[in-house]
Amino acid sequence: MDQIIEILIAACLVISGVFGIVGSYGLIKLNDPMSRLHAPTKATTLGVGGVLIASILHSMLSENHLSLHELLITLFLFLTAPITANFIAKAHIHRHETPETLPPAGEDQKWATHDIPQDNPAAD
Amino acid sequence: MIIYAIYFAFTCFGAALLMNLWMIATAEGIGDRVLALDTMVINSIAILILYGLTQGTEIFFEAAMIIAMLGFVSTVAYARFMLRGNIIE
Repeated sequence: MDQIIEILIAACLVISGVFGIVGSYGLIKLNDPMSRLHAPTKATTLGVGGVLIASILHSMLSENHLSLHELLITLFLFLTAPITANFIAKAHIHRHETPETLPPAGEDQKWATHDIPQDNPAAD
Repeated sequence: MIIYAIYFAFTCFGAALLMNLWMIATAEGIGDRVLALDTMVINSIAILILYGLTQGTEIFFEAAMIIAMLGFVSTVAYARFMLRGNIIE
């Protein structure tokens, strides 16, 4: 049983290391700023998740009790990575794109970063 | 067997940190620099947890938690500054 858990820990660590290096290599390799956003926010977050799972299994193996406070970091990272990516993409749209270069927003208005509210008494 | 896997993961995340540093130094836009800094925070969390794994202590988890929170807040503040030229209006 211990042997199986050791193999699981080693597999988690190796997979997470590969994910981490792929995420950071994609950051310097991809050539479009918005494709560059994909690599770190998805692959690196998965890599850290693998390390945290390995840490939970390791404390289960060595101390024979299940400690779940690593899950807090995992949960926090998985919650905040999309928010960070959304903010950076929004800043990119704001600085480098015009309403003409973007696809239509669907409804009868522009994308939110370009939409300047004018003469709207309900806003105040 | 675990110790070799830990060494492998240390090597991978250390190389990832060096790549992030390279990206911060040579990126042409400010958005890429913010992205590289955010990735650097996440990679350093992984390295801290791996170090705690080798030492067998639990004290590094609190440090990793604090770094995760501060990294998120600083990235959001920087993106906010890029968007509006101001952080708290």
